[in-house]
Amino acid sequence: MVMTRRLAVLLGALLLVSNSIAAPYVPRSDDEVLEHLPYKPNDPAMREIRDLRGALAREPQNQELAIRLARRYFDQALAQGDPRYVGYAQAALAPWWDLPQPPARVLVMRATLRQYRHDFAGALEDIDRALKLDPADVRAWALRAAIHLVQADYDASRRDCAQLAPHVSELSTTGCTAFIDGLNGRARASHDELKRALEHATDVSPEQKLWILTRLADMAWRLNDARVAEQHFKDALALGVTDGFLLAAYADFLLDYGRPQDVIALLKDWTAADPLLLRLALAETAVKANGAREHRATLADRYAAARLRGDTTHEQEESRFCLQLLNQPEDALRLAQSNWRVQREPRDARVLLEAAVALRRPEAAQPVLDWMAQSHVEDSYLQRLADQLAAMRKGAS
Amino acid sequence: MTRAAAAFLLIGLWAGAAHAHKPSDSYLAVAVAGSAVHGQWDIALRDLDYAIGLDSNGDGDITWGELRARQDDITAYALARLTVALDGAACQPRATGHLVDHHSDGAYAVLRFEAQCPRPGRALELGYSLFFDLDPQHKGLLRLEYEGATRTAIFSPEAARQSFELTRPSRIVQFFDYGREGVWHIWIGFDHILFLLSLLLPAVLVPVRRGWRAVARFKPALWDVFKIVTAFTVAHSITLSLAALGVITLPTRLTESAIALSVVLAALNNIFPLFQRRRWMVAFAFGLIHGFGFASVLADLGLPRDALLLALVGFNLGVEVGQLAIVSGFLPAAYWLRHTALYQKVILLGGSALICLRAALWLVERAFNLKLNLF
Repeated sequence: MVMTRRLAVLLGALLLVSNSIAAPYVPRSDDEVLEHLPYKPNDPAMREIRDLRGALAREPQNQELAIRLARRYFDQALAQGDPRYVGYAQAALAPWWDLPQPPARVLVMRATLRQYRHDFAGALEDIDRALKLDPADVRAWALRAAIHLVQADYDASRRDCAQLAPHVSELSTTGCTAFIDGLNGRARASHDELKRALEHATDVSPEQKLWILTRLADMAWRLNDARVAEQHFKDALALGVTDGFLLAAYADFLLDYGRPQDVIALLKDWTAADPLLLRLALAETAVKANGAREHRATLADRYAAARLRGDTTHEQEESRFCLQLLNQPEDALRLAQSNWRVQREPRDARVLLEAAVALRRPEAAQPVLDWMAQSHVEDSYLQRLADQLAAMRKGAS
Repeated sequence: MTRAAAAFLLIGLWAGAAHAHKPSDSYLAVAVAGSAVHGQWDIALRDLDYAIGLDSNGDGDITWGELRARQDDITAYALARLTVALDGAACQPRATGHLVDHHSDGAYAVLRFEAQCPRPGRALELGYSLFFDLDPQHKGLLRLEYEGATRTAIFSPEAARQSFELTRPSRIVQFFDYGREGVWHIWIGFDHILFLLSLLLPAVLVPVRRGWRAVARFKPALWDVFKIVTAFTVAHSITLSLAALGVITLPTRLTESAIALSVVLAALNNIFPLFQRRRWMVAFAFGLIHGFGFASVLADLGLPRDALLLALVGFNLGVEVGQLAIVSGFLPAAYWLRHTALYQKVILLGGSALICLRAALWLVERAFNLKLNLF
């Protein structure tokens, strides 16, 4: 027994050495597969994109085509979680991108791409310019509501929803308000209203249904109603639409309820997507599974690469990574604070509170505690963390 | 309209989701030595496929054969999007090699190039425009090396042309930079580590008839290790200096093959003992060969002509520090385990056999210029 442990230590040390070796090489055979492309050339969505790209190449000034191609690319960015498509979308809009006064539709698309990179200020500026040109632009109002929600500007978000209401379905209107009210002390009622609206709505696309179910699950989970939350997650998964956001949310739910094995079963084939790899590594670490170490190393590499190019969209997740997988609470807190300056949803609050609890620094959590008090958010987990911080403060004084 | 807008509303609420994948980056490493500019450019296969199409059979996989068939096109495409100038005089880059590497997000084509400038200069200007027309979010991550100092920069459409003052770093900084490189190269120089380990493995044992016995005290083991490490150090310092100063030059293929052979022999010696009492002599003899190996690394780094000695001493000391770290990790562990059958059988014999096998593969690869992906 002792012997195997000693052997393991030595082997571990040797592996550490061998892992650090990587150098360019010449593959030995022409048949060696170097890369699997994430798309097949005969995939219908890709074929449509290729056709549009060809058409736009012949008529680069055709705004109609350019917007259509940019939207297709953006859909791909969301579906696959791949930011390359955001760059491709921007390239399609190149003739108008840097104009002093781009057309309204281009402005809205530019705002969409900017919010994807978490440039919320730039996105809002574009939206407001677009709304001056076309006050009835539904996409502009929808995006504005979404950004204000992420920034925790609930009054503004509510006004945007009201502007949207005359132009969209009842389900969308209910959804828009429910997402806001759900964070403002009316979680139970919002959940029930939205659930009812979904049941009564006709002509709902699977994508839309999936998104609403994910949000419903989120609401039930915050209310600590695990049974209902899980039912929503399962209904959403049963739609058969691949969605990284749903998988990440469900994995978080399972992790919270102490079911890491289920997370591993859910995500074992999803290592290419960073947010899902993070959840997988958390689960593997919890059960001391084999892949944990390698997955932690891959994540560290990817976050380092993002930092190198100045990408900050990972801060919330990197904070979790630092706290829970590297045991570096100082770094976790710094990242969570920086993230909180940009976005303020419950999951952003959570990473900051967790880091503050780990460091026993209740004062560092003050901005989040203020937000909790002002928004009247109902979230059993956040409340527990806030109580812990309050106890620390009492103990200190 | 309504339905599209509704779907969009929901998608809009993705605001705040993190990127699931790494965005598009290329890695450009540039080193300036006199009037020559050496470069290595790692470009993601996915990006090249989007730009010029690599997947010629359309099966969604890119093979080495498909990549190799497009090498000239890749060179033409990439080098047309990079300009190099020293003190305002343009230097035309030309490709010197095509390889492959893997970064955290997939496979990259590695394009090595060289640009000969009319004369040395003080200001390096680089103009980078790869993929900016296709993906304005693409970034080029530059690592620029000059006289042992490294700096980094990021190329983007907003900062596509950048100028770098080639200033010599202070002597002390330079010294430590070369020292760090020395540590790094022993650490990643797996062949040197395995050679040293092969010689060190029996240090905590005494040969007896038909086997080994653990040493009774720490001191003799330490003394044995000290002799071996010192002999190796002295030997490779001699040849490293001679090679770096240009007194002796040997073909890389020869020295690399000889290094592999030395690892094979050192490991074999643990299985079929020939030299047991005087392993330090083995360390010295083969250390001379390993010194040439270190010298080729140092040559790749580029030696500052006016601070040759400083760089040499710094690099050498760095190698020693790296070696000491390995020894101080190894010796206590080995001493702790020396009585066990695990150490005497599994680690000493099994480990040596594995080392021997690995080094034999290196030997074949290096001597015949092959690539065997068995390990």
